[in-house]
Amino acid sequence: MTPIVDIKDLRVEYRQNALGRGRKVKLAVDGLNLVVNQGEVFGFLGPNGAGKTTTMNVLLGFVNATSGSASLFGVNVAEPIARQRIGYLPELTYYYKFLTAEELLRFYAKVFGLPRSETDKRIDELMKLVELEEARKRPIKSYSKGMQQRIGLAQALINNPDLLILDEPTSGLDPLGRMKVREIIQRLKSDGKTVFFSSHELGEVETVCDRVAILHQGMLMAEGRVDELVQKYQSNLEQVFLKVIGYQHG
Amino acid sequence: MNTVLALSQIVIKELYRRKDFYVLFVLTGLITAVAGSANFFNDDKIARYLKELCLLLIWLSALFIAVGASARQIPAERENRTIFPLLAKPVTRGQVVAGKFFGCWLACGLALLMFYLFLGVVTGSREREWPVMSFLQALWLQWVFLAVVIAMVLWGSVVFAAPSSNATICVIAVIGIWGLGHYLNRVAVQEPEPLRSFLYVLYFVIPHLEWFDIRDMVTHERGLVPWWDCFLATLYGAAYSILFLFATWVFFRRKPLSQ
Repeated sequence: MTPIVDIKDLRVEYRQNALGRGRKVKLAVDGLNLVVNQGEVFGFLGPNGAGKTTTMNVLLGFVNATSGSASLFGVNVAEPIARQRIGYLPELTYYYKFLTAEELLRFYAKVFGLPRSETDKRIDELMKLVELEEARKRPIKSYSKGMQQRIGLAQALINNPDLLILDEPTSGLDPLGRMKVREIIQRLKSDGKTVFFSSHELGEVETVCDRVAILHQGMLMAEGRVDELVQKYQSNLEQVFLKVIGYQHG
Repeated sequence: MNTVLALSQIVIKELYRRKDFYVLFVLTGLITAVAGSANFFNDDKIARYLKELCLLLIWLSALFIAVGASARQIPAERENRTIFPLLAKPVTRGQVVAGKFFGCWLACGLALLMFYLFLGVVTGSREREWPVMSFLQALWLQWVFLAVVIAMVLWGSVVFAAPSSNATICVIAVIGIWGLGHYLNRVAVQEPEPLRSFLYVLYFVIPHLEWFDIRDMVTHERGLVPWWDCFLATLYGAAYSILFLFATWVFFRRKPLSQ
């Protein structure tokens, strides 16, 4: 079976010059190997600056790997077609604020080449799912943060993706918003979808994830099933996380 | 092609929702109307001066719309971070460049159409004649001129750090080429080497934007430009536009986008 996400010996160095040449300034990811299989909810953990977002940037084609390889559905991430079956929710909402929610979803549906009839149906479904039916004709600039996060989730699901990449999806949301996101992740899991997400909310990760990987200073420190890690370290996921990254109290 | 069209629709929507164009159109209208209401020196041929003024305003307004709109396209995508959800879809950076170009070009075409309709109304009301073909040729050649300008500015937007510096440099470069480009070879003859060779090379390398400017022919009713010349000018403009767009893609393709 082909893994959905397959990262091999990934190394990413950020360089000074805008064209990606010039002297080395920072090693963001160092020799990362990771496999995510179909139907898994995979938690990608690590302190700030650990290399989580950089790894996601490589998977999404925003940043080129210095060495190593990454593929989605067996296709090299450098190929745009690798992103045909994925949905991506960034940490903060970055959408065209002059568009209405409906126009935004219609635009992304066009990008995926969805036929008009399917687009209409999909938009109706998603507006209902994220509870924005009443506000669908309003410009996004008039939305609250929670509403913007929900429209972000709707755009990530417009193509009915097989893999959802979520970068701290509950960051800045109120408890109700978090619960909603959790519900959606669990619904996607029950539909057989694969979810790859980063989060600092370890309680949430423990609830929804099948497996986790913990990254520190660009290196993979631990990887495995949540229950196995908890059993191995004889503590909850938060304590596991702190032990793995070498944090010592006092 | 769907992606390029979808992207260009977004650019057009942004332009007409930002209202920059309406301001320039109203200004052009106001200046022309005020100038047209005056009767300078009891000259019966005031319509000719009016046409000249109106055409100059159209050229300047269209230039500012084109430069302003295209200079902010790619930097705004990066600054507002809308580029991230966009490139997370099956969209290539080449499609982004093409979509931005077509969006700006089509939007400028719509603006030009409105400007020329206004010019038609102004001159028609004064001269009681409608040189439709002459206006169409002028509009088409100006649109091709704008294609070169937009492609040039898009290239500048991936080279220069700030959209404002790119816009300023491009406006100066375009006005410089448009006004002085065709004198470069004459200046070159009078200069010693190696400046002479440098000026000659420059003369043959720069896009000769003045070739697209047929305002004098429209104002003084000198008839139509031969259609074959129009076609060649279009090919010339298309070649430079493609060259600038290719350069934009080359620069943008390898640019790391870190969140």
